[in-house]
Amino acid sequence: MAMQTRVIGQSVPRLESKDKVTGRAEYIHTMRLPGMLHAKVFRSDIPHGRIKSIDVSDAAAMSGVFAVYIGEDIKSVIPEPYYGPAFHDQPILALDKVRYVGEPVAVVLADDPHTAELASQLIHAEYEELPAVYDEIEAVDSDAIVHDELKPAGTFPDLKHLAGRRDTNIALDYHLRRGDTESTFANAANVFEHTFRTQQTMHTPLEPMVTLAEQREGRLILHCSSQSPSFVRIEISRLLGWPENRVRVRVPFLGGGFGAKVYIKTEALAAALALLSQRPVKYAQTMEEQFYTISKHPCTCRIKSGVSADGKILARECEVWWNGGAYADIGPRVTQKSGFTAAGPYDIENVTIDSYALYTNRPPAGALRGFGIPQLVWAYEGHTDLIAKELGLDPLAFRRMNILKNGRPQAVGTKLIDTEIDGVLEELARRMNWSTPLDKGEGSLRRGRGIGVGFKASISPTTSAAIVNVNADGSVVVHCSTTDMGQGSDTVMAQIAAEVLNVPVEMVIVIHPDTDVTPYDMSTLGSRSTYHMGHAVRIAATEARDKLSEMADELGLPKGSNVPTKELFIRKFGMQAGNVVGSGNYKPPYLPTDHNTGQSANATPYWMIGATGVEVTVDAETGHTTIDRMVNVADLGTALNPEIVATQLSGAAIMQLGFTMTEDMVYDAGQVTNSNLADYKIPGFFDIPFDIENAVVEAKQKSGPFGAKGVGESGTFGVSPAIAGAVDDAVGVRIMDMPLTPEKVFRALRDAAGKALEGE
Amino acid sequence: MITETRTICFTLNGREVSADVPPHWNMVEMLQNVFDLTGARESCGQGLCGCCTVLIDGKAVTGCLQFAVLAEGKEVQTIEGFEVDGKLSAEQQAFIETGGFQCGYCTPGMILMTKKLLDEIPDPTDTDVRHYLSGNLCRCAAYPEIIDAVKRAGVLRKVG
Repeated sequence: MAMQTRVIGQSVPRLESKDKVTGRAEYIHTMRLPGMLHAKVFRSDIPHGRIKSIDVSDAAAMSGVFAVYIGEDIKSVIPEPYYGPAFHDQPILALDKVRYVGEPVAVVLADDPHTAELASQLIHAEYEELPAVYDEIEAVDSDAIVHDELKPAGTFPDLKHLAGRRDTNIALDYHLRRGDTESTFANAANVFEHTFRTQQTMHTPLEPMVTLAEQREGRLILHCSSQSPSFVRIEISRLLGWPENRVRVRVPFLGGGFGAKVYIKTEALAAALALLSQRPVKYAQTMEEQFYTISKHPCTCRIKSGVSADGKILARECEVWWNGGAYADIGPRVTQKSGFTAAGPYDIENVTIDSYALYTNRPPAGALRGFGIPQLVWAYEGHTDLIAKELGLDPLAFRRMNILKNGRPQAVGTKLIDTEIDGVLEELARRMNWSTPLDKGEGSLRRGRGIGVGFKASISPTTSAAIVNVNADGSVVVHCSTTDMGQGSDTVMAQIAAEVLNVPVEMVIVIHPDTDVTPYDMSTLGSRSTYHMGHAVRIAATEARDKLSEMADELGLPKGSNVPTKELFIRKFGMQAGNVVGSGNYKPPYLPTDHNTGQSANATPYWMIGATGVEVTVDAETGHTTIDRMVNVADLGTALNPEIVATQLSGAAIMQLGFTMTEDMVYDAGQVTNSNLADYKIPGFFDIPFDIENAVVEAKQKSGPFGAKGVGESGTFGVSPAIAGAVDDAVGVRIMDMPLTPEKVFRALRDAAGKALEGE
Repeated sequence: MITETRTICFTLNGREVSADVPPHWNMVEMLQNVFDLTGARESCGQGLCGCCTVLIDGKAVTGCLQFAVLAEGKEVQTIEGFEVDGKLSAEQQAFIETGGFQCGYCTPGMILMTKKLLDEIPDPTDTDVRHYLSGNLCRCAAYPEIIDAVKRAGVLRKVG
């Protein structure tokens, strides 16, 4: 029998709705403090070189300038000023070397942001230039070495073996071995091999990254736009050699995150500056500066399959190279945790995966809505389409033949549980009317359709903690460090607490991350909050509920007497007084992957599934592609708030549409030449399909809170290969490297016609 | 850096106000630094995203590209003027009902443009909405919900 829920499953409007439509919602980018200084960063204009000298005298002499600092100055407050979640490789300001154009080298503090900016332009640095490497494949055996020595952080025990490795740009290599690919290839009726590439893109949250740091009572307070308040506290404490409780990290709403604001971004520099200057310091980035701070990995994926005569995939080999830029950020986890799904959502006995994180002289790459998954889906679904085409099979029929079903093990060795990949594929096929042929258009306007399905493991193992406090009037306060960046986590956590405590959702408030009062959470990333923090809130609320019933027992009330909470407190304390507090910690079970085979019987607590289908019109005379229709389907277990889920799905899909069609960080000699929204085109109203449909399959993640799992990224998975497949279906050319600009499609059409255009 | 200021007088959300502003300040800086109004916010800094939208003499303007001193004698309207006596405007109400936002950073700009559009076209089509709001970006891409919000606001304005 289905569980009856009261608040769960309802499309409760976002708790903060009114604050957002009145402009009152708090974002750090608009925050000011009395006596605050503004920081402006001077950045490297070469991709790789040793610092010979930095002349700050003109800047320091400028009227209104408080101080100018370089990397060596940071050492007086932080002796070892290197940070990073996987490697301690990133200096707060460049020391000895610069490794990409845009790297912070010096910083000006002034009372006025314009003064700081003007002064920063008077700084002059001289470098001894070194050879640079930009491409992930070239980086494998390039003479240009980005880091002299690898410095893994202690955070992840499985990276210890990399410590001290020299003369390499490979930050991490992950290997998966299952069955015997080599002999299967030798005996397979057909062997196919393709190489796919994706480009570098940027999250461009509309609220740029920012930290406002201040000191009070010997403590450091960081008001920041972070998705990882707990990590920021731990990392800043480590850098300072302070106990965690001397650092307070406070995060209200974020104006978008998408993975840009995880781990350390502006926080370490602002913290150092507040200590050096003994004043509150605001380091607010501009849109342009965000492009020099974090990005999404460009990726090359070589994928090879052995397929039987009747279309069964027997073996698959994947080699994936991730272009991590100059600093590792969370790239090594992308390489490993996403790497193991590189063979796709198919049931394949023999799988080999080699996944490499590379250092290059580009701005760092990290997590962007999907943690590397969209790059992999681009490759394996493109490969799937091309095999089907070659074998003369319908792309849906070929997928059906090979799809990984619930209960079967994925290549990493973990069985799928409550995972409806085939259900998602079937729902997509139904909504796309796949069995009915598409009108293919006429003249130069050709129509086509395509599908793509992808899946993702949750980053594991990770921990969330929550506190649920019931006040004497029965109102409820949830303390959790999940950052609401638009995904609606406040609302969903309130729904969970309200459901467990049997109160209206209006009786619940959720405290925004403030490490003084909200307990540990690994981070708001990877679609993990609903599941992990959802569980923590559920456990904490359950404990509070149990304590309330104990209180009723103590007071001699009969079981199920249903005395209002307020009345309970009055009876117990003689007045409206006291609290009942429940706490919850949640960490799912996990078994580490084997170092040699990459295998684990429990690599993830759940799998997220997303699929997209599109119908397109391609103008064969210009290469211009119009998306006429888009259908997004996901398995997210049970939707706790269906309307928020639908917006997450379509929002993710439209974001990925931008990465597919227009977005591309363009370089000239290591310099990003389009680091602004005029030249870097993100989707606007004109770019979205007129017809967008979002659907979830009926499913339940039995291990999840109220049957739920994550959904924030699932809408991105299938979009890119679906569009490329539809273009191929329309005009017969397959684009292998993103984005699908009109020029690229047009060139491919000319190539196919034997009339290649000259020039780049 | 110019340090002298100029005193300007203008109407802000229906009230006569004055402000001492440096001549290089833009509208967003003045609204935030002098009036503590943070609904108009800078994002792209190029007048492309619409997060900084304000209405000046009824015309929608990108506040990050408009010098504050040019407000002299004008009527300036920001999102903070939309809620009257605790009652949300039809546009604000419609954005809540349709879930027309996620992170909310672009929302004030979207709502100001919605008001302008409905002043001109009370019953807009989807295409009208796309054209009129094309200067406003939403990175969360709640575009379908925003289109619904604009149309819903049109209905709410009629029923009052």
